Amino acid sequence: MKIAVTAKGIDLDSQVDPRFGRAAYILIVDTENFECEVLDNKDNVNAFKGAGIQAASMISDKGAEALLTGFCGPNAFETLQAAKIPVVNDVSGTVRDAVKAFKEGKYKFSDQANVDGHW
Amino acid sequence: MKICVASGKGGTGKTTVAVSLALALDNVQYLDCDVEEPNGAIFLKPEINQKAMVEIPVPEIDEQKCNYCRKCAQLCAFNALVVLAEKTLVFPEMCHGCGGCSYICPQQAITEKKRAIGMIERGHAGDIDFIQGILNVGEPMAPPIIKKEQSLIDASRTVILDAPPGTSCPVIETVRDTDFCILVTEPTPFGLNDLRLAVETMREIKVPFAVVINQWGIGDNVVDEYCDQEGITVLMRIPWDRRIAEGYSRGEPAVAVLPQLRGNFKKLFNQIVEITDESLTCIN
Repeated sequence: MKIAVTAKGIDLDSQVDPRFGRAAYILIVDTENFECEVLDNKDNVNAFKGAGIQAASMISDKGAEALLTGFCGPNAFETLQAAKIPVVNDVSGTVRDAVKAFKEGKYKFSDQANVDGHW
Repeated sequence: MKICVASGKGGTGKTTVAVSLALALDNVQYLDCDVEEPNGAIFLKPEINQKAMVEIPVPEIDEQKCNYCRKCAQLCAFNALVVLAEKTLVFPEMCHGCGGCSYICPQQAITEKKRAIGMIERGHAGDIDFIQGILNVGEPMAPPIIKKEQSLIDASRTVILDAPPGTSCPVIETVRDTDFCILVTEPTPFGLNDLRLAVETMREIKVPFAVVINQWGIGDNVVDEYCDQEGITVLMRIPWDRRIAEGYSRGEPAVAVLPQLRGNFKKLFNQIVEITDESLTCIN
């Protein structure tokens, strides 16, 4: 299964970026073999508005089946729901540890956004 | 004659100047374009007798016709549309109402529906024709309301437009079609910093302008020095006076508290007329 994790750097040992829409990078990680594809999110980092919506659309295009991040706003959450991508909020630590914890079933999916828009 | 009262910094006295000018002159139309926080009415106390909603067109997707081609989302500069594998989402509050998506859609799956973002109120304060725009709380987009207010401009009157603070879109929308802009500032480093931004804006959009320094006597001389260096006319210095502040806190205009100021505002207007006549002569 492929999952999206927001990251401050480009490898599995990077810290999870707490921001979703304006995360520095988004890693698409295969939970079976930990292979990952790096998405440079710089266009969204500088977006005037709608960064979360675009980031959600991007990971949907990449076939992500879940998202691990820190904070997710209402428009991003709505887009992720429409794309049928469940979200785990309040994730921290390295990307590798987050994916491991996800595989071990330690996370609970959120049922709503956990910050306001333009947070 | 259309005179805009603007400022870089908020709280420097735009409304104080705009209201006092409106009260000092005859045959005035007053437009409160600070639609996020219109407060001219607190001082002019108009009797409102007309109200109208302001609406913008936003897209509505016909799911039966949409084939998820993404042309609409690619066109939209404001990310108001997103197309997923089998779902197109619209975020109405991000839409600027340009109509591009419904124009470009090859499936004709997009129609426009109206969304209310605020209202316009019109009435009279004495013989002043009073208009104010009110943006609904939480709405991000002021320019459509300002445009609607400007469509009601009565060219037979002296029109005074009270602009929002800052130098962003709502300010540009308010200022750009006016004949002259008064930049109100305060004699402090904060006032100067934001005045510089406002001056750059006026120079860019080529609207003649000059400065009024409010609360003159507090702070320092940096604004005077800057205007001197840049060759910017300081038309008026409103002295810092506790009575003006006390009146303001009670909703009383400066010219009502200190009637002798009325003459100063008339003089301010006459100076503006002279300046704009001169610049017209230059153009001719």
